[in-house]
Amino acid sequence: MFLLRLLLKNAFRHRLRTGLTVLGLAVAVLAYGMLRSIVDAWYAGAEASSSTRLIVRSATSLTVPLPLAFAQRIRVVDGVSGLSWSNWFGGVYVDPRNFFPQFAVDGPSYLALYPEYVLTEAERVAWLRDRRGALVGAQLAQKFGWKIGDVVPLKSSLYPGNWSFTVRGIWQGADAAADEGQMLIHWAYVNETVRARSRRGSDFVGVFVLGIRDPNDAALVAQRVDAQFRNSSAETLTETEKAFQLGFVSMSEAILVALQAVSYVVIVIILAVMANTMAMTARERMPEYATLAAIGFPPGFVARLLFGESLLIAVLGGMVGVLLTLPLASAFAGVTGSLFPGFRVSATTMGLQAAAALAVGAIAALWPAWKASRTGIVAGLRHVG
Amino acid sequence: MSTAPPLIRIRHLSKSYRRAEQTIPVLLDIELDVQAGDFVALMGPSGSGKSTLLNLIAGIDKPSSGTIEIDGVDIATLGERALADWRAANVGFVFQFYNLIPVLSAFENVELPLLLTDLSARERRERVAQTLALVALQDRADHQPNELSGGQQQRVAIARALVTDPRLIVADEPTGDLDRATGEEVLALLQRLVSELGKTIVMVTHDPKAASRAHRMVHLEKGVLVDEPSPV
Amino acid sequence: MKGLPLAYVARNLWVRRVTTLLTAGGMALVVYVFATVLMMSEGIRATLVETGQPDNVVLLRKGAGAEINSAISRGQARILESLPGLARAADGSALVSAEPVVLNNLAKRGSGKPSNVTLRGTGAAGLALRPQVRIVEGRMFRPGSAEIVAGSAIAKGFAGVEIGQTLRFGGRDWTVVGLFDAGRSGFDSEIWLDADQLMQTFRRQNWSVVVLELADAGAFERLREAVEADPRLQLEAKREQRFYAEQSEALANFIRILGTAVAVVFSIGAVVGAMITMFGAVASRTGEIGTLRALGFRRGAVLTAFLSESLLLALAGGVAGLAVASLMQAVNVSTTNFATFSELAFQLTLTPAIIGQSLVFALAMGLVGGFVPAWRAARLNIVDSLRAA
Repeated sequence: MFLLRLLLKNAFRHRLRTGLTVLGLAVAVLAYGMLRSIVDAWYAGAEASSSTRLIVRSATSLTVPLPLAFAQRIRVVDGVSGLSWSNWFGGVYVDPRNFFPQFAVDGPSYLALYPEYVLTEAERVAWLRDRRGALVGAQLAQKFGWKIGDVVPLKSSLYPGNWSFTVRGIWQGADAAADEGQMLIHWAYVNETVRARSRRGSDFVGVFVLGIRDPNDAALVAQRVDAQFRNSSAETLTETEKAFQLGFVSMSEAILVALQAVSYVVIVIILAVMANTMAMTARERMPEYATLAAIGFPPGFVARLLFGESLLIAVLGGMVGVLLTLPLASAFAGVTGSLFPGFRVSATTMGLQAAAALAVGAIAALWPAWKASRTGIVAGLRHVG
Repeated sequence: MSTAPPLIRIRHLSKSYRRAEQTIPVLLDIELDVQAGDFVALMGPSGSGKSTLLNLIAGIDKPSSGTIEIDGVDIATLGERALADWRAANVGFVFQFYNLIPVLSAFENVELPLLLTDLSARERRERVAQTLALVALQDRADHQPNELSGGQQQRVAIARALVTDPRLIVADEPTGDLDRATGEEVLALLQRLVSELGKTIVMVTHDPKAASRAHRMVHLEKGVLVDEPSPV
Repeated sequence: MKGLPLAYVARNLWVRRVTTLLTAGGMALVVYVFATVLMMSEGIRATLVETGQPDNVVLLRKGAGAEINSAISRGQARILESLPGLARAADGSALVSAEPVVLNNLAKRGSGKPSNVTLRGTGAAGLALRPQVRIVEGRMFRPGSAEIVAGSAIAKGFAGVEIGQTLRFGGRDWTVVGLFDAGRSGFDSEIWLDADQLMQTFRRQNWSVVVLELADAGAFERLREAVEADPRLQLEAKREQRFYAEQSEALANFIRILGTAVAVVFSIGAVVGAMITMFGAVASRTGEIGTLRALGFRRGAVLTAFLSESLLLALAGGVAGLAVASLMQAVNVSTTNFATFSELAFQLTLTPAIIGQSLVFALAMGLVGGFVPAWRAARLNIVDSLRAA
């Protein structure tokens, strides 16, 4: 206890320096935590996947559509318990900056495959009945202030023309990971409109979504589906929903790797600052340390004093940083909304933040502590800071 | 008795400090004249106010009331910037701990006050060389202060005090950190400045041996001038 | 106001080497991050701007935004061919290339992760329109064949794209017969093949884009008006350079903004470091400050000296950070471009503007970190400071 009190008093002898160091550490720990959380959020989409859903897309790329006719052949594949389809609508709501995903889906079958989108029965029925109806996630509705009955105008880059849809239901996610940032509209309605313009462009889907009974069957069912269409004009690639989502993440891989690397750069920056603080502290206290040595304290004592002080400052800074991360994260989630659905600070991140702070505290004191314990008593007493 | 006006003419000089709620008087109604070419030792026990008086004469502190006329200018009325300019031209400082700038060489230390003038680099170089020769340190010009002995450092400081050719030199315990022999050398140098260069020196000391080198001694006790010092 | 010499400022930094190195080091890291981010953003922009010729015009379906969202019918393409003001090839035909664009998902070399690569169906006209593209290995694909040529970035970044190897898509096998270099432009990240073969394979009726060359670059406005005026053409015309510049905006801006925000947050740490260092410098030189003021140096001279010390420290850090960042120019990066949904390879590009911005950023850190300590130093009372000596 005496040691702790001594450390506290020593740390705050120079309030300005200690205060600034704590501030710097807090900001660094905060930045580290936020960057990690941003990277986590990017992967969050994959985390929201269900192990009993598979996505079927063209083997060429997601941008090549599949014929709707494939549905009959997929439905009868062994292991498939449910089938729906989805097209990326690519609509713009007033301003491109208001971006959110819209999918034109086969209503009843899609909702069956996505039980985590929780709706009241009335909403479900209302949507299924209205060809031009839309279902939106709660987070999305909140962002734009939509209520049931509101009309949402969209201009699509893929399906030319002015479209408008009426909000018929707002779903809540069954758990924190579920996506509440999307809009679902009726594939049938979009397809009719396309067909009216040109018969050629209709009856195509972006992806098929199929449900399986047993997650362990995933690989086998995927192979069976793809085998159906091998050597046809439209070969398919079937994968788990998680793999599909991860495919999107890997498109921005370069950015993610950079963000992860940079999150460690900030730790190195603050390590330099902390090491500087401890070096200055040690330098000033040379005569005191020499006096302690002269009195009879062992050389290790001085080293422990320095380590202790450094760790104490690190703990303080780390705590402030971790505590600030949570409110900042929710503010960030509020601002970016649908861009990073399910943005949260994981326990792992907070643990790593604490570990980083402690590591900085320990490493920063290494060289000054070593130097202080090595300086002779006489030299130390004579030392002019 | 000289009929010329004194170089330093102090009247009704008082100085007090505010500490928390209290006003602490340090100097009370001082009256003092110092002629040009005089070598005055200010003496007194610790707390007597001698250093404060020196600081006021040197222009690095402002009095609470009174006048300090130096060469006709009442420096008590000068604003901070004017005072800085006045110091640069009229006063040379010699401190107890030499106060040389550690990162500058002896040459550069002596050159410092000249940076406040309009002299060209070449003119500055000549002046510094001359002044270092005066204190017999011309061959140590490139040395850093930590490469010089205490006595040598003080001689560099004296050269710095001389380089702008001020009329007044102010010295605060100039031999306080030197051994006897070196101290004697420094005092001898200070005497030469008065006798050969006509400088006026006001020196604070509590060493009677140092004080004996001065022309006259002025005693202070508890902020007032006394004619005879109390027996120690 | 007469000041203290630069030697005084610089040597004080040198004398406290460890502190100077640590503080400047922190700033160097921040400037490194800042400069690298700007270099990435610039690299994306430079690559895409390189892609465009000044007298080429790109036509897409109105509102499409990207080639893969666009569809132009054969009828519309024929109308475009007969527009006035087009440049002509040696044989008198208009330099117009109608091209289908399809994205193909390939596995990257090394990580094996999938990425969308642009497949462009083109022909002789398409080649003529892009003079910066040269075959560097092998040969061009034969018209009407299942042969393909790949851009240099694709050959480098993806497995299975070497001469003689086969790629499978659309239910057919395609042989790589050549590699091309597109002068570090966006085309380096593409695979080219015969347009008709591509259309047939994917049962397409429509082209994605029409590219044409103007006989006179100044004739663009007339062409655009002609296109707007014709109700059969629901197309928009853009200068090729403008088109590609727009393709870079979203990604380049995203990286620039995110990266700059990160650098600014990091700079707080570096500024804290600078403050600690400068406060320490003032504290350890209090007596010195008193001496200088006694000698006649003004408060302003003291402020300037300490502020200069902080700025010089920051400048050293800035230069070091830039030096390391400039080494990043050797790094090849590739990512998916938001606007096109396809692979874009680019190099980090250092420009004089980025150098300038980075140095200003560094100096700003030095200014913010050094100002309060320098101000404190200047405010010191002479007598009190001398007593501390």
